[in-house]
Amino acid sequence: MHDMSHQEVHHGAPTSFIRKHIFSTDHKVIGKQYYALALVAALWGMVLSWIMRLHLGWGSLAIPGLHFLSSTGAPGDVMTPEYYLQLMTMHGTIMVFFVLTTAPFAAFGNFFLPIQTGAEDMPFPHFNMMSFWVTFVGFLVLVASFFVADGPTLGGWTMYAPLSAIGSVGGPGEGWGVVLWAASIGIFCIGQLLGSLNFITTTLDMRCKGMSLMRLPLSAWAWFITSVMGLTAFAVLMPACILLILDHLAGTSFFVPSNLVINDQLLPHSGGSTLLWQHLFWFFGHPEVYIAIIPGMGIVSHVLITNMRRPMLSHRVLIYSMGSLAVLSYMVYGHHMFVSGMNPVSSLAFSFPTLIITIPSTIVVLIWLGSLYGSKLRINSASLFALGFISMFISGGVSGFFLAQPSIDIMLHATYFVVGHFHLVMAVAAMFGIFAGTYFWFPKMTGRMMNETWGKVHFWMSFVGAYGIFMPFHYLGIAGNVRRYQAFTDDYLIPLIPVHRFITVAALFTGLAQVIFVLNLIYSRFKGPAATDNPWQGTSLEWSTATPPPHNNFGDKMPVVYHDPYQYSVEGASADYIMQTSTEPVHSPDEEK
Amino acid sequence: MAKLFAVTIVVIAIASAVPIVMHWWPMPQDISIHGHLIDEQYADTMLEAGISFLASQIILAFFIWKFSHTKPGDKIKRFPGGAAGLVTAAFLLVGTEVLALGVFGAKAWASVYLDPPAANALPVQVQAGQFAFYFRYPGPDGTFGPAHANLISEANANFFGLDTTNDADSKDDIVTAELAIPVNREIHLLMHSKDVGHSFYVPELRIQQDFVPGLDVSVHFTATQIGKYEIVCTQLCGLGHYNMKAYLEVKSQDDYDAWLKQQAALQ
Repeated sequence: MHDMSHQEVHHGAPTSFIRKHIFSTDHKVIGKQYYALALVAALWGMVLSWIMRLHLGWGSLAIPGLHFLSSTGAPGDVMTPEYYLQLMTMHGTIMVFFVLTTAPFAAFGNFFLPIQTGAEDMPFPHFNMMSFWVTFVGFLVLVASFFVADGPTLGGWTMYAPLSAIGSVGGPGEGWGVVLWAASIGIFCIGQLLGSLNFITTTLDMRCKGMSLMRLPLSAWAWFITSVMGLTAFAVLMPACILLILDHLAGTSFFVPSNLVINDQLLPHSGGSTLLWQHLFWFFGHPEVYIAIIPGMGIVSHVLITNMRRPMLSHRVLIYSMGSLAVLSYMVYGHHMFVSGMNPVSSLAFSFPTLIITIPSTIVVLIWLGSLYGSKLRINSASLFALGFISMFISGGVSGFFLAQPSIDIMLHATYFVVGHFHLVMAVAAMFGIFAGTYFWFPKMTGRMMNETWGKVHFWMSFVGAYGIFMPFHYLGIAGNVRRYQAFTDDYLIPLIPVHRFITVAALFTGLAQVIFVLNLIYSRFKGPAATDNPWQGTSLEWSTATPPPHNNFGDKMPVVYHDPYQYSVEGASADYIMQTSTEPVHSPDEEK
Repeated sequence: MAKLFAVTIVVIAIASAVPIVMHWWPMPQDISIHGHLIDEQYADTMLEAGISFLASQIILAFFIWKFSHTKPGDKIKRFPGGAAGLVTAAFLLVGTEVLALGVFGAKAWASVYLDPPAANALPVQVQAGQFAFYFRYPGPDGTFGPAHANLISEANANFFGLDTTNDADSKDDIVTAELAIPVNREIHLLMHSKDVGHSFYVPELRIQQDFVPGLDVSVHFTATQIGKYEIVCTQLCGLGHYNMKAYLEVKSQDDYDAWLKQQAALQ
């Protein structure tokens, strides 16, 4: 603990604009940069989803201005079938990588992990700066694919081979579109590996005096667990992307078997395996689900505790549960491949860990519910989103019972049931975690408060709207509605079109709420009322420093920690909270030994 | 605000459950011998997941309602049994529940994938390609002739790459664009893809299986009801993915025989 020399990380406050705001090594600036990137990416991903939803509801609808995005993809502003798939692929890729990974993990984690551990920065600030800029370049490479001749790839965010590996004969975007996709994601992996290294080292080596591991807040624990996952999961995806690029540019056949025929032409490949891609992708892909959601669990726990004025029923049980989720996430990935042609005995083998992973998930939910019992719950935008997270996580979680079983998966695989499941449990829930974190930490990050009224409007519209979108997805799936269709021409799907129209309206309504959020964010950043150092009466270290924190986080005096992170409502204490840095003695049953 | 939130959660939870509980929104009709195993597993899971869903949402709503209006002097109360009780409950209740689902569900899975097809199952080959399915019946000799990838030609309607001049077994093979099968007869479907990944999905048949380029995959099933059903592709295969479909026609044995004879004459 705290034995890494301060000289290694200490760097004076920069003075030039470029070193202060652009190529900054300050973890707080990097955190904000990640947040800004995630915000831009999320808005772009959301606009893509609007376009897709409008098309699904009313296929021949002209969307004014769409031809500016692609004159060939949307001639006369009406989307072509292939362009629908291209935008869908970009929506998934942008949201999973550049929003759900960057915002809860890289953005908030960068800003708050060093502060919550009592460090003055991350141990490798230049790697940290590189982490953001490499990720940014990855984003630009992905955006560049919109501007190549036949547009971005249409292969779906899972980029299954051999469609993704045979080049442009596979269809629009399957040439340079795929190469740019794989390059973008490969570059993204490098950024996250650099970030994960910093997170792990910060947690293990940079804690201030008195900050034992069990005294770390749950948010810090969540980032730490996530960073260990990031180190192992992205390290598998990156080589997979390199192999995919080689199949395109170097004439290799890692993912393409022999004897494939397209347009009556025999492809010049041989010896590759299409399932190899799926194994590599999902060995990353399932942990990725938890990379997206575990930071949300940590943030929501942290936000709720402050707003419940009590610690969780057990700090350790939550940490062990999040750790179990992380470990199990590597053992369950094959449930994405039940009907892939993989050995059917393997499907059973992957089914049981998938069912078992519901146990730590249930424990987390029960601890949240049990801790709500008898609390002194404050309702504000942050706590509403945190409670909304729990509701969404439950709803998305229970549909996992179905998909964990290969027999039921025969019916529901690749339908909207799956889309509804993962959107609720990892996308909407994770977004709610991001929103809870934003309303909660915005004052510390910017020195200003967000508007509470508009925050609540944002919450209500998002909560009702998200259920309006994603609950019907489950019904569509039960009816056998296949995902990734740009139109519903099958006889049995035509009656479902009114449901799709309802969902489209719900999506536009929910999207409007996000516009309100962004306006609130921008307005409050410049015009919001000034925030105090500890506006929510919190206990962890971010609330014991100035708002916004100085360059080295704690000014002249590094903090010393005397308590567990969540000393709320301690009997006999002078206030209803005791900060971690307070020397006031605590005699509480909740004090972990 | 908290009470409204609590009510909203309960309303959404109940509204979500009503179409299922009232059987307004069932799965498509089942026309297979094994399908009832999947449907029973689905119903059991729906019951357990539904109870978990409703109970958790209602408890969440109730606690939000009850504990958001405390006064400054109120004391924090500890949940009876504490974390240990909840962890034990999770292990016992959810652990038992999921293991039971896993064990019983394995039976349904085994009936489709682990039990071998019957010796007298009717073999039919299906080939998936961008963006159509083609089917092949072995003809009177009961043997499929070899397929040659280099001979595949859509332009010449040689979808499987058959060499009917030199391969004796290919001469009587019957290639069709629809899958007709006799009712109550087990079918052994031999699947391969000529280009990229595709899938074979017939919701009524309770069968979904991916085609894996480079691998021969098979499934077996028995349809129990005469009728016409859609076969759709569920694995993203390119720009025409949404439009890749064929029909499954389940016929009486006599109708099937007549159909096959007719198709043989068309070759």
